[in-house]
Amino acid sequence: MAQPLEGSQAMARAVALCRPQVVAAYPITPQTHIVENLAKLIADGALACELVSVESEFSAASVALGAAVAGSRAYTATSSQGLLLMTEVLFNIAGLRVPLVLTCANRAVGAPVSVWNDHQDSMAVRDAGWVQLYCADNQEAVDTTIHAFRIAERCELPVMVCVDGFTLTHTLEPLELPTQEQVDAFLGPYAFSRALDPANPLSMGTLLSPEFFPEIRHAHHRALLNAQDEIIATDRAWQNISGRSTGGLLSVEGPQEARLAILTIGSILGTLAEAQAESHDRTPAKLIKLRAFRPFPVDALKQECAGLDDLIVLERAVSPGGGGIIAAEVRAALSELSRPPRVHSYAIGLGGRDVPMTVYPQLLAAAQAATPSRFAVFDLQPAKLAETDR
Amino acid sequence: MPTSGDKLIEIRIHGRGGQGNVVAAYLLAAAAFEDGSFGQAFPSFGPERRGAPVTAFVRIADHPVRRRCQVTTPSFLLVQDEALLRTGDITAGLGEKGAILVNSSRPAEELPAARNFKLVTIPATALAQQMLGRPVPNTALAAAFLALTKLVSLSALEAALAQQFSGETLDRNTRLVREAAQMVPAGAWKELCDGAAA
Repeated sequence: MAQPLEGSQAMARAVALCRPQVVAAYPITPQTHIVENLAKLIADGALACELVSVESEFSAASVALGAAVAGSRAYTATSSQGLLLMTEVLFNIAGLRVPLVLTCANRAVGAPVSVWNDHQDSMAVRDAGWVQLYCADNQEAVDTTIHAFRIAERCELPVMVCVDGFTLTHTLEPLELPTQEQVDAFLGPYAFSRALDPANPLSMGTLLSPEFFPEIRHAHHRALLNAQDEIIATDRAWQNISGRSTGGLLSVEGPQEARLAILTIGSILGTLAEAQAESHDRTPAKLIKLRAFRPFPVDALKQECAGLDDLIVLERAVSPGGGGIIAAEVRAALSELSRPPRVHSYAIGLGGRDVPMTVYPQLLAAAQAATPSRFAVFDLQPAKLAETDR
Repeated sequence: MPTSGDKLIEIRIHGRGGQGNVVAAYLLAAAAFEDGSFGQAFPSFGPERRGAPVTAFVRIADHPVRRRCQVTTPSFLLVQDEALLRTGDITAGLGEKGAILVNSSRPAEELPAARNFKLVTIPATALAQQMLGRPVPNTALAAAFLALTKLVSLSALEAALAQQFSGETLDRNTRLVREAAQMVPAGAWKELCDGAAA
């Protein structure tokens, strides 16, 4: 049954339904409400779990790592600078192939300081070796949180659930929470094949010589590529239980025969979808929602983009001196097509700038450009800049 | 998929940190849900400081709301601190047919904004102080707003309050809702909702 809930509260309850045994976190806006709500559930006796208050995000990630390796289902959440402070541990968690779940309430990275939403934080750790799934609404955030534990434990990979800070975490909207029985049946108890056991001693994270290092990296890469099947299978299995699909690796809405598509990531999708529904344009674009950024779904993307004339990639991060992060990967993937679409690369909504519905017709117009944008900030207001910075 | 013409009412709440602006927004959206409509509510994401101007947004619709942009052309404003009407341009984007409900102990005609917009006042802080023992105007303002617009039933608002409160606190809030609703002309803004669309 649906109920109106604030995003953070819904996510906390979804985490609780997954019965984590250890939660460790350090408060940071806009993540704080998630762990605050978990702390309350634990204090109220509704969740049997050890909540570890730590002095930094580095420690939060370290505690989660240790707990997962010691045989506990573990969870943490953070944002922005907090995620970056975790970076070293994030690489270790993934390199050790430890299954745990982290919610990143996406927030811009300073300087300049911004508490508002963009994807610079999770994009900055894209190479840490984690699965990264992005959510378009709070129902997806709930469902993806539950998926994440199953994917993590079946693939022995950590999973980062990326939710737009404030835009999702602080929005109240109707959504459905599953029952405890549904989630128990879906996840089962935590199982980790290499859990530390005094009866069967084992060292993890030891020095590795060049004799084996490339093979470990290859195996990690291969594991992430293979995780694509598990992400799809998990979505289908959850759909059988809940009736809801979040689209697996990516999903598409709008006319299949469209020659123009807009690829989005995160919560911007709904705004564009409603703008499209209200637009009087006779040739609407199709909207591609990229859910999995790691592993990057090259084959699924090629399939959806074959036959397109133009593809607009709209993302909420920038690689300064490079350009669009997702767009670069999309261009590389689509170069394998015999007739790749023109890829127009834009960042939008950086540092929480509002993305109004009026951008939809502006995007359609931009797709008509003689030369596709190599990269630009779509909602830039050049008048605010000195001449030399434009 | 929503189409143009589906009912969508957009509301903007202006107040100061500590006045329960986000709570008011959540309350209205939750009440809409209790009434079988779809509600979405979110704050304007400013730094949280007591006393600083804060904005929150509410959408109430007969279909799931997917847009996540800020409300820039609201049909209604709820103003928790009348002084905000003198600072900055909080009426920006409010249409000619828009209406403002202000927490004030003064009659509407004494407020300059009443010259340009339909405006109703209610002494929400005093009412809350008297009935709850706390000077938090949000619930009284929400009740008066629903009484004016009939957008959502007062019983749905009471049901939404019952999700958060119980016992004596719930009783006091319920009495506050009923008292506040009686202080404004019932249904006076109803036709303003009928004209609003996505």
